[in-house]
Amino acid sequence: MKGFKRHLDRLRPQFEPGGRWKKLHSVFDGVYAFLYTPNVTSTAGVHVHDANDSKRTMMLVVLALLPSLLFGFYNIGFQHNLACGLTCGFWETFLYGAARALPQIVVAYVVGLGIEFTAAQIRGRDVQDGFLVTGLLIPMICPIDTPLWMLAVAVAFAVIFAKEAFGGTGYNIFNIALIARAFLFFAYPAAMSGDQVFVSLGGSAAVDGFSGATPLGQISSALHPADVQLTDAVGNPLSTLDCFLGFMPGSWGETSTLCILIGAAILLISGVGSWRIMLSGVAGAVLMACIAWVSASPLCPAAYLSPLQQLCVGGFAFAIVFMATDPVTACRTRSGQCVYGFLIGLLTIVIRCYGLGYPEGAMSAVLIMNAFASLIDRCVVRVNINRRLRRLNAMQR
Amino acid sequence: MANIIQIKKGLDIPLPGAADLGHVEACVPHRVGVMPEDFPGYTWLPIVSPGDKVVAGAPLLVAREKEQLCVVSPVAGRVSEVRPGADRFVEAVVVEPSGAKSDLIRHEIPTMDSAREETVRLLCRAGLWVLMRQRPFDIVPDPDVIPRDIFVTAFDSAPLAPPVVDEQMASDLESGLSVLARLTTGRVYLGIPYDSSLTSKAARVYEFQGPHPSGNAGVQAAWINPVNKGEVIWTLDARTAVRIGRLMLTGETDASAEVVVTGPEAEHPCMIHTIVGADVSQLLRGHVKETVRHLRVVSGNVLTGQRVEPERGFLRFPYRQITLLEEGDDADEFMGWASVNAGSFSVKRSFLSGLGLRLGALRFDARLRGRRCAPILSGEYDRVFPMDIYPEFLLKAIEAGDIERMEQLGIYEVAPEDFALPEFVDTSKQPLQQIVRDALMSLRAKQIDNQGR
Repeated sequence: MKGFKRHLDRLRPQFEPGGRWKKLHSVFDGVYAFLYTPNVTSTAGVHVHDANDSKRTMMLVVLALLPSLLFGFYNIGFQHNLACGLTCGFWETFLYGAARALPQIVVAYVVGLGIEFTAAQIRGRDVQDGFLVTGLLIPMICPIDTPLWMLAVAVAFAVIFAKEAFGGTGYNIFNIALIARAFLFFAYPAAMSGDQVFVSLGGSAAVDGFSGATPLGQISSALHPADVQLTDAVGNPLSTLDCFLGFMPGSWGETSTLCILIGAAILLISGVGSWRIMLSGVAGAVLMACIAWVSASPLCPAAYLSPLQQLCVGGFAFAIVFMATDPVTACRTRSGQCVYGFLIGLLTIVIRCYGLGYPEGAMSAVLIMNAFASLIDRCVVRVNINRRLRRLNAMQR
Repeated sequence: MANIIQIKKGLDIPLPGAADLGHVEACVPHRVGVMPEDFPGYTWLPIVSPGDKVVAGAPLLVAREKEQLCVVSPVAGRVSEVRPGADRFVEAVVVEPSGAKSDLIRHEIPTMDSAREETVRLLCRAGLWVLMRQRPFDIVPDPDVIPRDIFVTAFDSAPLAPPVVDEQMASDLESGLSVLARLTTGRVYLGIPYDSSLTSKAARVYEFQGPHPSGNAGVQAAWINPVNKGEVIWTLDARTAVRIGRLMLTGETDASAEVVVTGPEAEHPCMIHTIVGADVSQLLRGHVKETVRHLRVVSGNVLTGQRVEPERGFLRFPYRQITLLEEGDDADEFMGWASVNAGSFSVKRSFLSGLGLRLGALRFDARLRGRRCAPILSGEYDRVFPMDIYPEFLLKAIEAGDIERMEQLGIYEVAPEDFALPEFVDTSKQPLQQIVRDALMSLRAKQIDNQGR
C-alpha cells in the first residue's frame, strides 16, 4: 500500500492549482482522504487528537444500515415471488432484489456525490463525508419501482437546495434524505403512492388477487373495524410478527423492524445515535398510539392498529432510528433531544391516524420537528441563560 | 475538614511516558529565554538590547499598556538575543547566564500592615504578577483592579503532569496565600486533590475528585463561585503562590523550576531541577528515544502546551513539564476510518479503546486523525466540559460574532484551556482553543475601545 500511496503522492501536483487536472482537485482529494488518513498535524491547540473522525462516524451509520439493506434486497424478491406466484430459492430471491435496488443506490451516489464534488471544487473546500450516508438512505426510503430519473432529480434537488444552499454538510436544517423523499412525494404523487409501486413485478404478470398495498395503505382505506385485518400482497393474513420481521410491501429499506433494531443497537453501542431521541420517540409513539387505539373510530381507521402494530408498520422505526437521530438536524441539547424525539413519535401517529390522505406520518413528523429543533434548543439554553442572569442579579443586590 | 467537590465530566488521556519522580536530575542551562507570548493581554516591549548585562530579577520586558508590569530575567548574565517574531513583535529575549548567583535584585519586603498597593507594586516589580491570570479574558491581571476572589490550584490533572507543589513548599505556600488574601476583598480558595494532606488557614480549601480538567483553577472557580459579568477573579497555580511566599520571605524572585520530561518518546522520563525559561535542547539531552523519526517537543502538556523547536526553544510558562511525542506526518495509515487497531485511542465506543479494551500499547502522535469539517455530532463537548455552560452554543455565538449571546452563554467564565478536552474529542477537528482565544481578545479590545470613549 505504501507504493500506491507514493504513486498518488507523485500524481498530486497534477491536481494542484496550476496542474493539468486542477479542476479535479476536490475529486482527487476526496479519494485520497478515503484511502489514507491525512497526515495533517496540529499547528495550534491540542497536540494529540481522538482517533475518531467524521468518515468513521458516517461509515458506522452505513454499517448500521446494512441489515436493513440486505433484508430489503431479499424482501424485494420475496414480494415479487409472492405477487407473481413464483417459487424461488434464497439466492435467486435475494439477487433479484439486489438487481432491482442497486441501480437506485448507484444513481443516488453518482448524482449526489457528483454535486458534492462539484460544489467542493467551486468553493475550494474539501469534499465532506455526509453524503456517504444520505446516498444510501434515499433509495431505501423510496418505493422499489421509483423511476431512476425521478430519483436522480430528487437527489439533485435535496443536495442543492436543502444542503449546499445552506452551506454544505453540517449546516442543513432539514434531513437531506427526507427532503428527497418529500420532493418525490409531492412532485410525483402518482409514482410514490398507491398499490402498484411498492412491489416489483419486473414485467411479469401478477397473480389473481394481487394487491401491493402497504399495511398502512390498506388500513387507510378501511371502512369498518372488521376491515383492519392486514394482508400481504396476495391477500393472506399478515401477522404482527410478519410486520416485525418485515415481510410486507413498503419502501424497501424500512420494512423490517428487526433489522432496524439491529441497526439501532450498532448506533447505540458505538454512541453515534442518540438513545434519548430513540427512546423518547418510541415513548411518544406508544402514548399516542394508545390514545388513538382506545378512541378509534371509522373516521380514522389507522387508529384501529394496536400500539405494537403501529411501531412495526410503516416507516416509523426507520425514521426514529436513522432520520430523527441525524445530529445535524436534531436537537443538540440533551433535554431538547427528549422533547424532540417524543414529539416525532407523537406526531407520526397523529398524522397516520388523523391526517387523512397521508397514510404514513414519519416523514412529515421528522421534517416538522427538524424545523422546531433549534427552537427547542433555544428554550433549553434559555434556562441556562436565566440561571446565569439570576446569579448576576443576586450578586448586584 | 475541606469541602469535597466531585467532578464527573472530563477525561484522563492515557498518554504513556509518565516521569519517574524518584529520578531527579539537575540542569544548569547555558541559555534562558522569556517569551512574551506566555503573558497574554498586553504588548510587551523589550527594555534591554543584545550585549546588555542583567542581574537576576531585572526587567527584560515591560507592558506597553501598564508600565508597572514587567517580565524579569530569571538569571544574571548577558542578553544574547532579542529574537524578532511575527508582526514585528518580540518572540523571545534570550539571556546567557553568567553563573554569578549573587547578582540579583533583592526587593524591600512590605510589612503585613503596609498598604495593598505596596504588595501589588512588589509583585509587579518582581515579575511574579505576570504568572497570574484573570477571568474574564484569561489575561495577566490588571494591577488596578481588585479581584472578587482568587483561586489557587494545588494540582495539575493534565496528562502526565507532575505534582505542582511538594510537602517542603507547604510553609511558603501558606505565606503566599496570606499575601494573596490581602489583594482581594473576597476570599482566596485553594483547590487540592482528593485525599491530599495540604491545608491552609489563609485560604478556604476545597478537595476536587475526578478526571482532568478538575485541576484547572478556572474549573474549580466554576464549581465554587463562577465569575459573573462585571466581576474579575484571578487564577494561579500553587507553585506561583509558593514563589510569592518566598519573595515575601527573602525579597528575591524564585526562578527555580521543577520540570518533568514526559511523553511516549521520552527516554528515561524523569524530573529535572532547573530554571524557568531553560534551554529545551539541554533539558532534552539523553531524554529522547533514538527510534523517534520526527519529534514534536511540547513545552507543557499535550492539551495546552506550546510547540517548541528542539534546538532553539525554551521552557514555557507554567514551567513544569515537557512532553515528547512523534509528529506522525510520515504515517501511512490505509483506510484509517475503518481501523480496528487497538493502538488508536478514542473515547468513542467504535474503537476498542473506547470500549475499555486495552489489547496493546496506545500510540499517540500529533496528527489530527481526520479532516477538519463542520461540527456534526452533538454532545461531544459536554462530556468533557464540567462547567454550567453549553460549549457548542457558546462556540456558535462566537462564530456568529454575537457578543450579547456570548455574554449570555458565559464567555467571561471560560478560558481557552477549558476547551482543550473538547478540542481533543472533537470529531470535526476544529481548533477550539484558538477560536475561544481570538474571541476573548476581540471582546477585550472592544471593552478597551469602549472605555477609551
